[in-house]
Amino acid sequence: MSGLPPYASSGQIAWYYGFRTICALIFMFLIMPILVIIPLSFNAENFFTFTKEMLALDPDGYSLKHYKDFFTNNDWQTALANSVRIAPMATILATSFGTLAAIGLSQSYMPFRSVVMAVMISPMIVPLIISAAGMYFFYSRIGLQGTYWGVVLAHAALGTPFVIITVTATLVGFDKSLVRAASNLGAGPIRTFFKVQMPLILPGVISGALFAFITSFDEVVVVLFIGSASQKTLPWQMFTGLREQISPTILAVATVLVTISIILLVTLELLRRRSERLRGMSPG
Amino acid sequence: MSEVQSQSGPVLAADGSPLKVSIARALRRRKIRALLLTAPLFLFILITFIAPIADMLFRSVENNIVPDTLPQTVQTLENWDSTSGDLPGEETFKALHSDLLIAVEKKIHTRLGSRLNYEQPGISSMFRKTGRRVDDMVEGGYKAQFIKIDKDWGNVDVWRTIKRFSGDYTAGYFLSAVDAEPTADGVQMKPENERIYLFLLGRTMILSIVITSSCILLGYPVAYILANLPLRTSNILMILVLLPFWTSLLVRTSSWIVLLQQQGVINDLLVSLGILDDQNRLQMMYNEFGTLIAMTHILLPFMILPLYSVMKTVPPSYVRAAKSLGASDWTAFWRVYFPNTIPGIGAGAVLVFILSIGYYITPELVGGTSGIFISNRIAYHISSSLNWGLAAALGTMLLALVMVLYYIYDKIVGIDNVKLG
Repeated sequence: MSGLPPYASSGQIAWYYGFRTICALIFMFLIMPILVIIPLSFNAENFFTFTKEMLALDPDGYSLKHYKDFFTNNDWQTALANSVRIAPMATILATSFGTLAAIGLSQSYMPFRSVVMAVMISPMIVPLIISAAGMYFFYSRIGLQGTYWGVVLAHAALGTPFVIITVTATLVGFDKSLVRAASNLGAGPIRTFFKVQMPLILPGVISGALFAFITSFDEVVVVLFIGSASQKTLPWQMFTGLREQISPTILAVATVLVTISIILLVTLELLRRRSERLRGMSPG
Repeated sequence: MSEVQSQSGPVLAADGSPLKVSIARALRRRKIRALLLTAPLFLFILITFIAPIADMLFRSVENNIVPDTLPQTVQTLENWDSTSGDLPGEETFKALHSDLLIAVEKKIHTRLGSRLNYEQPGISSMFRKTGRRVDDMVEGGYKAQFIKIDKDWGNVDVWRTIKRFSGDYTAGYFLSAVDAEPTADGVQMKPENERIYLFLLGRTMILSIVITSSCILLGYPVAYILANLPLRTSNILMILVLLPFWTSLLVRTSSWIVLLQQQGVINDLLVSLGILDDQNRLQMMYNEFGTLIAMTHILLPFMILPLYSVMKTVPPSYVRAAKSLGASDWTAFWRVYFPNTIPGIGAGAVLVFILSIGYYITPELVGGTSGIFISNRIAYHISSSLNWGLAAALGTMLLALVMVLYYIYDKIVGIDNVKLG
């Protein structure tokens, strides 16, 4: 693929450029919908499309009014506050339970490994609508429906599979003789865990935590059923906004969320590189 | 060696116990430690996730409401022959009166009414009407009094329905979920024009297959070019795949609404280019097309990432070897490269299919009426029609389907091999 050989036939040349054009179009399909909302969120009108002024790059066609609405409107601010209250709590629960379990699962002595793994991964496999339905039925029985903790527990359950997967992946490359060396030198199990094991698997733990965070922060189906009006999160507000009274403020919110995704993506990439460097692999 | 051992007996550990026992004990301790590490999460998932799913499975067959609300009536109905065509006797109506007195006191008779209304329309209002007057009834001649309040109490079909649902468990929800109904002559399919769930399930499956195929079609070239470009370039292009993957589902759905709606970007562009007349703007949203295109976009990264990781493992020397043996470009690709990437296609396809048959948000927002899935119907029954049993039955069916697919996925990829990002 890296360049055409000098003896390429005209058919090969045509295919070479044709194939690249096709790929470029698919990449456009992937990224355009996300990019198109960014300029639209600065629209001075309450339209969902480019106005004549915007296309002419007239400064009057652009404004920050949708952002202003997002940061001053009560509905949006409550939703943002709720999201910020729910997601970190769910992340802490998912990450601490998930990391412990991943360490247990990665030991070769673990009995019933496949059954335990299947149970722990299940929140990722069951379609969200089914999880939401079941949680709605069960949580209303035990009085958790419509409460802050109900939403937090549900989101933590949905986030744990990601923590398990990422931490297990880091543990695969973990050199067990380091733990033996630490205990040989007199460190207790808890000290070994915090001083030897934890720093090495930390990149995996952090990326698992990021996955758990984004799962909770973006989640809408479960919160729609489990939550009550006082747990209305940002995605929920977007969902009702899109379904009922479409306002361009949604595009401003969407742009803010895209920015958060970019920050997360960059953080994850840096963590991956760090983890590979620590394990002595070449970055790649 | 064996001579030394036979002289000194079994090998002993430092504490004097036989080595075998000592090793077994150490092994047991490690097993317990591993179990203890996983126990908190296991219990957590059991309570917050598995119990709800079990509750849903239970609700799809449970039917306590009739025996709970009308305990005495149910008991007397046991002696009544529902095929005889006669109404139940006076003792049943007497029992019904005393049951209803309690039920009205607790205000639960309307719940029973709406439950039975799913099976036979009209029962709900009958119960509500009777509930208002049950206090004014005089002793004796209950049958006549009930029929005077609502003549439906004299309808044998009503009593057949009550008797049919007087057990603790019912298959009624599952029958409704597959568009069947229990009738006097056994289980029968509903009339053609009332069958909605099998039709919806069929549409969910067909749309998911179309979405999966378009993901394969679009994902294969992209994964191929990513796997075969130099690392530096492919890492940059990978961002174009990972950014959508990481972006909120609602953000991506709202971008498609912005693009596809009648006053949206694509229609505006086509009109300004003169391809479309302003009056004939395309209807690309609130139908199957909207669901199809938005979901293909949302699920495409789930196809590209597994495909890419499989393609990375195919040695480039295979294709070179094929070519040096005289294969054309096409033959080398089709006979050598492509078969090596089939596990990736399988993994990606099953993943995309599993995700798409349970989708709710995107079809709800861009699907209109012709692009909705079975999950939208489940949500409708939970929050609007309040027919929880039917929602649970539909959910159970969908869950069974996903489990089968997941089993296939496990056979192809293995759940331990799931990788993210």
